[in-house]
Amino acid sequence: MAMQFYASPEQIMRDRAEYARKGISRGRSVVVLTCADGVLFVAENPSTALHKVSEIYDKIGFAAVGRYNEFENLRAAGVRMADLRGYSYDRRDVTARALANAYAQGLGAIFTEQPKPFEVEICVAEVGATPADDELYRLTYDGSVSDEPGYVAMGGHSDSITSVLKQGHRDDSTLAEALALALKALRSVGGEGGAPRQLPTGQLEIAVLDRRRPSRAFRRIIGNALATLLEAADAITPPADAPADTPAEAATETPAEGAAESPPAAGNGGNGGNGGNGSGRRTKRNGNGDTTPPPSA
Amino acid sequence: MATGFDPSGRLPAVFTGNTGTSSFTDFLSVAAPELLPGRRALPPGFTADLTHGTTIVSLTYADGVIMAGDRRATMGNLVANRDIEKVYAADPYSLVGVAGTAGVGIELIRLYQVELEHYEKIEGTMLSLDGKANRLATMIRNNLPAAMQGLAVVPIYAGYDLDAADRTRAGRLFSFDVAGGIYEETGYDGIGSGSLFAKSALKKRYRPGMARDEAIRIAVESLYDAADDDTATGGPDPIRKIYPIIMSATADGAVRLTDEESGAVSEAVIAARRDQPGG
Repeated sequence: MAMQFYASPEQIMRDRAEYARKGISRGRSVVVLTCADGVLFVAENPSTALHKVSEIYDKIGFAAVGRYNEFENLRAAGVRMADLRGYSYDRRDVTARALANAYAQGLGAIFTEQPKPFEVEICVAEVGATPADDELYRLTYDGSVSDEPGYVAMGGHSDSITSVLKQGHRDDSTLAEALALALKALRSVGGEGGAPRQLPTGQLEIAVLDRRRPSRAFRRIIGNALATLLEAADAITPPADAPADTPAEAATETPAEGAAESPPAAGNGGNGGNGGNGSGRRTKRNGNGDTTPPPSA
Repeated sequence: MATGFDPSGRLPAVFTGNTGTSSFTDFLSVAAPELLPGRRALPPGFTADLTHGTTIVSLTYADGVIMAGDRRATMGNLVANRDIEKVYAADPYSLVGVAGTAGVGIELIRLYQVELEHYEKIEGTMLSLDGKANRLATMIRNNLPAAMQGLAVVPIYAGYDLDAADRTRAGRLFSFDVAGGIYEETGYDGIGSGSLFAKSALKKRYRPGMARDEAIRIAVESLYDAADDDTATGGPDPIRKIYPIIMSATADGAVRLTDEESGAVSEAVIAARRDQPGG
């Protein structure tokens, strides 16, 4: 009979937490944020068949990072729980809070009892009548749940993504503006040597809980709708081909009114040329080499 | 929650296990069987005076399908409800109407709507139209024991088939019997106590591939004729402004005509009948 070695509970829990955190940080990121039009989900997901963002109920959406089979299980459980509650009582009695509580219980139990914790991080979002009524819950691998103020970033580099979101997030932004912010945040990490990277359309999974829809608010944005929305978002914050624009400057940009300008940073550091004009728009420069946005309509 | 929790407080395994079932009804039968319709232990030979009677008609037309139902629920010789709704959108592209015991029927429709939505959310894709019709037939079949004791429910189902090869034949219509048999109809069909009269009226007026307004018109005419001969079917009530429920399912989805639109068609039918009572 093998001799049982003693391991303190703290050690065990710490090891499990470390394991789960590592697993999650390896994954690609997901961003959830509120805006005037509803709650926007943007996930970096190269697969078109396996979804990280899903519908749970009329006003409730689900986003997750980590191990697919684990969060897929949780997603299905959430749908079943929501449908059961909505059927037994009424559709309006299904809330994200109850769902988040159930997930917290489940994840906590799995973390303490199972040999391997779930390497997942989940966001449950509910869209309300106004942005102030929106609810975002973040659940981590050990079952802790927190009520987030307006944006959630999960997955690898979530701290840097969160700081970008924090600077630019506004409750009254349009869908295109919110998407522009989310893309900027996602592009700002994971590039070579800290430079921003491109995120082609095929790598994005985008969905929204649309505030204006009467019953089922969840809507995936795909095909032509996605192309149109990405164009609008890129008009607000063009993907930089040149060295990174600083988050602070880009965040002070005014929302586009159709004809958008290249970010001021395109002229930074004497990189004068047309490095920042990847979108092919003209920028009027005055004699100092500063870029002054020409008067727009 | 009906089922017992284990002490850790997490959801029972039936929630999380990917047992391969995307059916809400199957899930209910494990997780909360008392919520299933038809779970009534009635004494044998029990025939309650429960709300009954109706006429619902459905027909295919150029863009899809139309379904129209009257508003009356009767209990014996009394009018139990003047504005009951018997036609519903089962999901964004299909319609379902039910005749028979009103309470059981409406519960069945509600469960059916959740069943279809549940499948779509779990699987990520909608069922095919044939799959949806089959699920409805299964639910009726499961209700057979209750039906034998007098709580019979018979539905009619129509929808726009997104996978149809021929777009002019995308509107499809299914009828059922109380044992759960499923029959695809061509053209038109009706259920309920007044359906014989309604179908006779449709027999004379129906043509394949009609335009929307004409299809709605003959549907309302047929309900009027049914109400004319069947006391359990209610005609349009212009005094209270209670008109038949009229819904359509096309490539743009399932839509219910507003009370004003339904009212306008009904008033036109009534006006025409003043000159020619037989229509």
